[in-house]
Amino acid sequence: MSGGTIEHPAEQPLPARPARRFKMPEASLYNLSLGMIFLITIVAVAAPWIAPYDPLEQDIIQRLKGPSAAHWLGTDQLGRDLLSRIMHGLRASLAISAGAVGVALFFGSILGLLAAYYRGWTERVIMRLMDVLFAFPVMLLAIGVIALLGPGSFPTAAAIAIVYTPIFARLLRAPALVIASSDYVLSARSIGASDLRIIAFHILPNLASVILVQVSLLLSSAILVEASLSFLGLGTQPPVPSLGMMLSEGRNFLFLAPWAAIFSGLAILIVAFALNLFGDALRDNLDPRLRQS
Amino acid sequence: MVLLKRLRDRLIDLAIVIFGVSILVFGFIRMIPGDAVAIMLGANAEVTPDRIAAIRTRLGLDLPIHEQYFVWLSNVLRGDFGVSIWTGRPVIEEIGHHVWPTLQLTLLALVTAIILAIPLGILMANIRGRRGEAFVQAGSVIGLTVPPFWLGIIMILVLSTVAPSLQMLGYVPFTTDPIGNIQRMMLPAFALSLPIMANLARLLRSTLLEAMQQDYIRTARAKGVPARRILYRHALRNAIIPFVTSVGIMAGYLLSGAIVIEQVFAIPGLGRLILGAIAERNYPLLQAAILLVTCSFVLINFLVDVIYTLIDPRITE
Repeated sequence: MSGGTIEHPAEQPLPARPARRFKMPEASLYNLSLGMIFLITIVAVAAPWIAPYDPLEQDIIQRLKGPSAAHWLGTDQLGRDLLSRIMHGLRASLAISAGAVGVALFFGSILGLLAAYYRGWTERVIMRLMDVLFAFPVMLLAIGVIALLGPGSFPTAAAIAIVYTPIFARLLRAPALVIASSDYVLSARSIGASDLRIIAFHILPNLASVILVQVSLLLSSAILVEASLSFLGLGTQPPVPSLGMMLSEGRNFLFLAPWAAIFSGLAILIVAFALNLFGDALRDNLDPRLRQS
Repeated sequence: MVLLKRLRDRLIDLAIVIFGVSILVFGFIRMIPGDAVAIMLGANAEVTPDRIAAIRTRLGLDLPIHEQYFVWLSNVLRGDFGVSIWTGRPVIEEIGHHVWPTLQLTLLALVTAIILAIPLGILMANIRGRRGEAFVQAGSVIGLTVPPFWLGIIMILVLSTVAPSLQMLGYVPFTTDPIGNIQRMMLPAFALSLPIMANLARLLRSTLLEAMQQDYIRTARAKGVPARRILYRHALRNAIIPFVTSVGIMAGYLLSGAIVIEQVFAIPGLGRLILGAIAERNYPLLQAAILLVTCSFVLINFLVDVIYTLIDPRITE
């Protein structure tokens, strides 16, 4: 290599190409995921109105049929319309996951911010508690909670919320520590702002982007945990349609009529994929180190 | 000195977390709705006040709660985790029978994931800024979010038509039938490994890209080291460190995933044991399984952290 490259290190051909080239795929992935999330949300919210059939309506003569004009995705072992069941299942899965992540965000951010703001013993006690909760593998903690509360949608959501609370607390504590010692927090305190006001109006808004990224990533994995639990028969109970349960029922007729198993799993994958992609693209976009490299 | 101090801090953390876990797991069985004694009696005999009192005394349930905890803890520390409600055998024996399939499955999945993630990660780092990056990136997110239990079902569906002679379900110990064992373990291990493979590959990609920006890479390039050697000897070596730390987190993921995938492939592992314990309300078994699995998970993370400290001299400086 010539001496010129040493004098002008910026001109060194780096493994990363100039920003213009790879801005494109990132932007398109971001738009793709945003569009998918938008569609999924509409389907989930409007399921009772746009689903072609009642998800519980049985038509035993039409059972285990493949996709057709009348039943776009086919029917299950009781002749129920799979498309309608998937739409309603999506609704249930999203409601449980969103509720769980919402609760985890609420308690997790309160605990994380309290720890960062008050330091000392408050911080030590809170973070140790979070360490203990974080020590349990997700499914084990969920199974423990379900053993206590019995199977169902609520225990599933509660279990996911408990597992995800320490994730938010840990995630928010570190940046909150930095913000809490910043000049504008100091000046807010010096003009007599209350602790609550400082935490709610000065620290929290600055964490919004970090929170949004984590919410979409955790929503994605909550969908998967919820599906796993209903697949095992511990989550949403029949007759309420849920994607995991449909997959588990479809498995019993796998060689006779694979559609139920294929489509319900595909629906889980699509939702988890869209949310994860969104969180991912958003994080890349917000992380200045990744953006400029 | 710094190393020892860090080790001491980590040990204290470890002790606190395990203490907390033990309290939660102990509390868990106490919070079960209904009287544990009635549940136990309900299985095999008629309920009389005398019998209840006898069992309460035998189980130490007439003691104050904190004393009960210490009795329980000292039993656990001596390896006595109680007996199964249904079989009357020590639960630790039942766990011992079921631990091997799960251990083999998770280890196989971990090894598969690591072996495949390294070339995938290098590939993903190389494609940065080129056409097709979006596809590779989207593909890695699909890998990350594909439900392993669904992938397993689809693989069973496809392979049973393509290769009907392949034994896919159930479990035979490696010692009695190595080929049959690998045949049956292959698919569940692969299905389980896919999300962590994607995760590790993505991690490797970003650490590699970051490492390639460092001064020592520029120096190596300036002195004329070939690109291949830079990648393997300089960048990959440093990029591998975060790889090691994430393996600890992966262990918890693998355990969670194994519980579900065992159901799909009819593997008689810990997942089946735990789900069976829930179904038949076998709480001592459930309690012991949760405690042991969680503590081993905590220990794995502790060991990973220690190894991490040892292999990265920057931390100790």
